[in-house]
Amino acid sequence: MGKRVVITGLGVCAPNGIGISDFTTALQNGKSGIRFQPQLQELKFGCQVAAEPLVKDNLVNQYFTPLQLRGLNASGIVYGVIAGTDAWKDAGLSIIEDSSPDWDSGVIFGTGILGVDKFRESIHLVDDKNVRRLGSTTVSQTMASGISAYLGGIFGCGNQVTTNSSACTTGTEGILMAYDRIHSGKAKRMLTGSCSDSGPYVWGGFDAMRILPRSYNDNPTKASRPMSADAAGFVPGSGAGALVLESLESAMERGARIYAEVLGGAVNSGGQRGEGTMTAPNSEAVQRCISEAVMNANILSTDIDVINGHLTATAKDPMEIENWSMALKRSKLDFPFVNSFKGMFGHCLAAAGSIESVGAVLQLKHNQVFGNTNCEKLHADIEKLVDRSRIPTQTINYTPNIIAKASFGFGDVNACVIFKRYSD
Amino acid sequence: MAHKENYTILKDIIKIYLPEDVSVNDISEDSHFINELNINSANLVDVVLDVEDAFDIRLENEDMDQMQTVKDALQIVDKKISEK
Repeated sequence: MGKRVVITGLGVCAPNGIGISDFTTALQNGKSGIRFQPQLQELKFGCQVAAEPLVKDNLVNQYFTPLQLRGLNASGIVYGVIAGTDAWKDAGLSIIEDSSPDWDSGVIFGTGILGVDKFRESIHLVDDKNVRRLGSTTVSQTMASGISAYLGGIFGCGNQVTTNSSACTTGTEGILMAYDRIHSGKAKRMLTGSCSDSGPYVWGGFDAMRILPRSYNDNPTKASRPMSADAAGFVPGSGAGALVLESLESAMERGARIYAEVLGGAVNSGGQRGEGTMTAPNSEAVQRCISEAVMNANILSTDIDVINGHLTATAKDPMEIENWSMALKRSKLDFPFVNSFKGMFGHCLAAAGSIESVGAVLQLKHNQVFGNTNCEKLHADIEKLVDRSRIPTQTINYTPNIIAKASFGFGDVNACVIFKRYSD
Repeated sequence: MAHKENYTILKDIIKIYLPEDVSVNDISEDSHFINELNINSANLVDVVLDVEDAFDIRLENEDMDQMQTVKDALQIVDKKISEK
């Protein structure tokens, strides 16, 4: 019998709210974080709207030392350190100044690509035969594990400190990796989360694939339309989410507030076989992932009250809903409540799973299901499977007991985690 | 006079790299960057770049090797400026 694992801290740096309090209000009220981006217009992007956190300089100064700020040009690190530090403090954990590390605490903080702007800066210097001018932090700002290295150093973590990367599945996968480490007794607590850089060099590849909406440049808040009949592609985003996972006994010992219990979940891949490709999911794998998550969590599919989907606002949304319906064997009025937060802040890529998991857990705390933005007219194929009342367009008061959160990513990879209201 | 000015500029550059347990007042001309001011050796690379920018000079690898103390740095700066 493994250790029970609970969530004791949350932090977020999202396009529609920085800090748990602002983020909660934003989710409750359907506040959008999607804005017109003059830089994307100048660079002749098809999609000129995006969602990025608005981080003010004086806020950054609260999280970084003046030395750390010297030459810092990695937005993912800024977002990740803000979210990670907030989660750590929210859990009531202090920053130890001892010379000895905290052997029981670790960090699993993922990203897709880190420090893109710093890397660009370096490329220019190198090409100008000026490699000597790179400075000492080019490596730490551009290595993928830079974010876990920054966080581990700030908190003095002596357990596993690493970065996972599985495209848009990253954040959700990280929660399950942290869960496994605590469940198996290898760590008492893990800071987990993920971050994603902002900017044209991250988003350009998606624009080139023509999977971003191009007709909302004058109407940014309407651009991201998950599950809707006129969904036109995902809006690129960025940011970070963070959660402190901890063994129940450690949380009890510390008298920590418990947001929720993590019952477990599943990760798998469709192997890019059958209908699965580098960019499209294999439905059989998605369904297996969801079914295995239910099994591993030791619940019944009928126990799930709310689904927080991946649901990016592309043509694949109806297929995702069908996969949930098949895997859970539930439909129409019997389908759980389902929402996607991407209508508000687009698709934050590697950060999506963690930002959205923070939001999913906040629903347990506030006894609510946050509303779906820009989903007035459901896609016909979704309407056939799910009763309209299960896809609220406004936040509703409801007391969920169990929430399933899934993320799917390029490479045909899947992750599904099960959160439960905590009770002894 | 120039020497005093350069020393002030150098102190300003150095202070950001000092660990928490070393104060600006601990800096003297004889201070050894790594052994006494406890500046991380990786950061010494950044000190050199800042010095280059502040005095509009270029330091070569051998200059960096010789730059052990604050006084060493000041001497190298003086020399580079006079060669300009």
